[in-house]
Amino acid sequence: MKITYPHMGNLYIAVRALLVKLGLDPVLPPPTSRKTALLGVRHAPEFACFPLKLNLGNFLEAREMGADTVLMAGGIGPCRFGYYAEVEREILADLGVPMEMVVLEPPSGDWVTFKARARSLVGDCSWWQVLKAIRFAWYKARAVDALESKLLYLRPRLCEPLQLEAIYREALRRVDAAENRRGLDLAVGDFLKDIRGLPRKSGDLLRVGLVGEIFTVLEPYANYDIERHLGLLGVEVTRSIFLSEWINEHLFGGLLRVGGLDHLEETASPYLNAFVGGHGRETVGATVHFAGQGYDGVVQVAPFTCMPEIVAHSVLPAVTRDHGIPTLSFYLDEQSGVAGIVTRLEAFVDLLEARRKKRLKEGV
Amino acid sequence: MVKVGIPRGLLYYSYFPLWRAFFTEMGAEVVVSPETNKAVLDAGLRSALDETCLPVKLFFGHVLALIGSVDYLLVPRLISVEPKAYICPKFMGLPDMLRARIPNLPPLIDVDVDFSRGTGNWENVLSSMGRLLAGDRRLIRQACRSAQAAQSLFQEQLEKGWLLPEALNGAAGERGTERPAPPPPGSGRLNIALLGHAYNIYDEYISMNLIERLRSMGAQVSTADLVPQSVIDEQAGTLPKKLFWTLGKKMIGAAFAFCDIRQFDGMIYLSSFGCGPESLVGELLARWAKRRRDIPFMPLTIDEHTGAAGLVTRLEAFTDMLLRREKG
Repeated sequence: MKITYPHMGNLYIAVRALLVKLGLDPVLPPPTSRKTALLGVRHAPEFACFPLKLNLGNFLEAREMGADTVLMAGGIGPCRFGYYAEVEREILADLGVPMEMVVLEPPSGDWVTFKARARSLVGDCSWWQVLKAIRFAWYKARAVDALESKLLYLRPRLCEPLQLEAIYREALRRVDAAENRRGLDLAVGDFLKDIRGLPRKSGDLLRVGLVGEIFTVLEPYANYDIERHLGLLGVEVTRSIFLSEWINEHLFGGLLRVGGLDHLEETASPYLNAFVGGHGRETVGATVHFAGQGYDGVVQVAPFTCMPEIVAHSVLPAVTRDHGIPTLSFYLDEQSGVAGIVTRLEAFVDLLEARRKKRLKEGV
Repeated sequence: MVKVGIPRGLLYYSYFPLWRAFFTEMGAEVVVSPETNKAVLDAGLRSALDETCLPVKLFFGHVLALIGSVDYLLVPRLISVEPKAYICPKFMGLPDMLRARIPNLPPLIDVDVDFSRGTGNWENVLSSMGRLLAGDRRLIRQACRSAQAAQSLFQEQLEKGWLLPEALNGAAGERGTERPAPPPPGSGRLNIALLGHAYNIYDEYISMNLIERLRSMGAQVSTADLVPQSVIDEQAGTLPKKLFWTLGKKMIGAAFAFCDIRQFDGMIYLSSFGCGPESLVGELLARWAKRRRDIPFMPLTIDEHTGAAGLVTRLEAFTDMLLRREKG
């Protein structure tokens, strides 16, 4: 069995660690690119959301590399993601691409089916080995998160951000290659050591919260590298959600009490008082949270036609009115262009800067 | 007399008899927004977020049309009407979206409708609504009973083949009236199955009078409302994974059921631009129809820009093709 799985930012590192520890032979598709998008767009439904199209492109590229099985996550809505695998399976079948779909549905009380499905995947591994593999993958996800949050924090602060990015990429490669906890700790430790002496700029930074649909937040191809563009404009970006939180919530059913997004449900009220699928409620909650933390603005990203984020976006004007935090929303798909996105970001940052200056003046 | 406004949009088309009977029995006056027209739609377009779908924008328009003339607005938060399935995220956030975007909104009756965990039923929902109007318990119980009777009569009429607007406007008459039977196959008249959300296909303005147009082309039109829920559940149950959208399940189940009966010449699927569930459900249906090869299938997408001429041309081409196919 040559198993592949879709890209979502640096998720591949954790999943690869898991599959290798389970004795499987993962085939990783090349990083999502223009070619991936074109492949996906050609065969996916026109109005499906962008992640589905990119997933499909990933699968077809992995197929060229010899993959015969696809590992996907499921879910029971109302966000479309839960039905992705079903539609993707039909598309692959009509294309005559013989790939089997293994879908990890969250165990909704039916442990017998869940166990059987997991067993078909893990083969002869003992449950103890499975547990160890999951734990190791989890540590990798946490290591990736540690690197990413450092990158987001430092990029706007350094004189040579490109140098930082090079160090980050090397650290990421080492995290991916690490075969045990010690290797992981070393990779993260060396990264922290390497970045310590880098020369810094002085002055106050603008701080922007990044909220929105999880795939678009985590996958740089889907968000057209929005974190990087903001960072290079001298803005510190804070994400509302990280990879390990998604893994915990989506794949472990929220078993681990780490980080957690529960408090965002509370701050979303009274603007959005119900679960609306995906991370719609968290988007609103995080916007209120960022406003409370004194952030200068919030950027929302979502795939074009994303239902939960549209609901969230609909109520954001009320948050802006009450909390005085400017927001900028991007709906992204294969039609988006990077120049347009950067122009809008620059205008937004200019506005935030002017706003901050005005406030300082009034304060004095 | 307390005036309760019901916007003529979204699940008005599924639950109006229930709501009308309940509030009337409670002693309230039920005010429905006017039928969709340009002014209603334009008002909705101005006030709703651009990214929302046509029916949600239209719903905003219907809400705006009621402001000033009602004491309460009925906008239940429709999360789920059956276990383990939802309607759509936009329905779940509808009261919040209205509150955030429309100033001077009358008080909303926004009771949660959530049967997703297998608990909860309309009686509880209606009782909560009744308590908001401060009715006494006996009156609420009685109103619940009339409401459910009205709704089941409505369901019965739909399953007897009356089209939804006919059942709503009383043309279907009293219980037990059968609708005139559809013409037999081969009579030169077409039987067309029209699939799509009720709030799209029965709104004459946004569907550009699709049903009447088909009828004037000599077609008999049947919709998914004809198919009893049990059949829909059974047919949609043949999918490898249970669909978690109630309305999408209805479309798939009805399409499968229609093909089992085999008396349909063609199938039209009307969806609105930007509808999330339909982007996947429509895809599954189109692929399924293509594989079967025996049922002509035409997807139609509407939005606020659609011109009638394009629609008419496609309908004419489709019906011409069906007639030629029937002869050959």
